[in-house]
Amino acid sequence: MDVWQFLADNKKRCLALTWEHIWIVSLALFIAILIGVPIGIVITRNKKVAQSVINTANVLITIPSIALFGILLPILSLIGHGLGKVPAITALVLYSQLPIIRNTYTAIQNVPSELVEAGRGLGMSRWRRLKEVEIPLAIPVIIAGLRTAAVMNIGIAAIAAYIGAGGLGVFIQEGISRVHQEMIVAGAILVSLLAILVDGTMALLERLITPKGVKIGRKQNQ
Amino acid sequence: MNKAVSKSWRFLTAIILIFSGIALERIGTIEYLSDPFELKYTFSLVLQHIWMVAASMAIATTLGLLIGIIFTRPGFKRFSGLMMYIVGLGQTIPSLAVIALSMSVLGVGYQTAIFALFVYSILPIARNTLAGINSVPKWIIDAARGMGMSNFRILFDVELPNAMKVILTGFRIALVINIGTAALAFLIGAGGLGEHIFPGIDLMRPDKLLAGAIPTTLLALLADYMVKICSLFLIPKGIRLKEEEK
Repeated sequence: MDVWQFLADNKKRCLALTWEHIWIVSLALFIAILIGVPIGIVITRNKKVAQSVINTANVLITIPSIALFGILLPILSLIGHGLGKVPAITALVLYSQLPIIRNTYTAIQNVPSELVEAGRGLGMSRWRRLKEVEIPLAIPVIIAGLRTAAVMNIGIAAIAAYIGAGGLGVFIQEGISRVHQEMIVAGAILVSLLAILVDGTMALLERLITPKGVKIGRKQNQ
Repeated sequence: MNKAVSKSWRFLTAIILIFSGIALERIGTIEYLSDPFELKYTFSLVLQHIWMVAASMAIATTLGLLIGIIFTRPGFKRFSGLMMYIVGLGQTIPSLAVIALSMSVLGVGYQTAIFALFVYSILPIARNTLAGINSVPKWIIDAARGMGMSNFRILFDVELPNAMKVILTGFRIALVINIGTAALAFLIGAGGLGEHIFPGIDLMRPDKLLAGAIPTTLLALLADYMVKICSLFLIPKGIRLKEEEK
């Protein structure tokens, strides 16, 4: 079994598939942020609604990925996109909702009320309070949610190769059906490396993006 | 306001259920499943799926709890950070990769699938056991020691009940992921409900596909619900009361 040889021989294809994988996951994550973060912020107004929304997202994430692709297939066939990238990205967006909404919601809920009061005392409008006090304080937790979502999405995007979405899962799919050991191992290793790399990068981002004042406050608390 | 919200929620759920029923009839899944042979076949697949999940979960729970307990004992406690790191790293590896890798080492078949599922579900259980026991407050253990409990009794009467909530969360996550991953076990020749889903996709037959996808989904939702119910029995009353007070 010579995985290195395989990787060297198929360098171009490896890069293309990796790029495709990254592209699918980041597009899905981008759409998921656009939907999830506003929902997470809006539901902080009403606890009951928040509970129902989070429960719904919880049910969504419980659905096994290949089953969700299966359920989306006849639905998206109506607009002519039963297979391919559209159902893959739709499923990834649906899966990312729970970590993103839950983390945004808890982060904004956990902003100390005295800080929000201080903002009100400074004469900030509701919008400015959200923009300048609540969101900066909540950002590290939101990024943690994005990290969970990104790592999960990389794994699910690999399965999406079976509905023709491309990405690194293609190596595993083809390798299994051709009993091509090197191909399977190469695909599995590349996907795992991608997931570990993204996990590490997001952890770093989480640390970098935390406002300086929050870090100092944490140190003093310890 | 709250009443209106919950009422509209229930209404929405009912509408979704009715529409999915109509869709199932239209797509032909109901007709597909009314065939006595296909129905029997689907049942056997469900059983196979459940058996695969149960076997791998049984091994994973035993070993995961054992790892969690061993690495929180005083002698091994210094390795618990390292263990957490390794387990966390393992959890980022995609499920399809785990299945594919174990196939390339062990070959195709039922045992390989159970092994892959076991490896994949031991991670959340071990991680949550470690985290749960580590987060039991020191003063509770000191109090138990002051009452003259032996280490063994501290573990079973104090640490595990206090960590039970976190452990059960890990178990639930592992179980749900396991049921989803078991659908992929078809790819390495282990059967399960994937046997309806993948051929359904390849043949572009939504009726066959949904006959696999919907039982898998229901199985996962049911398992999630069952663990939530079980947590009512398994978490001691005193701890639950403490949680509610917060």
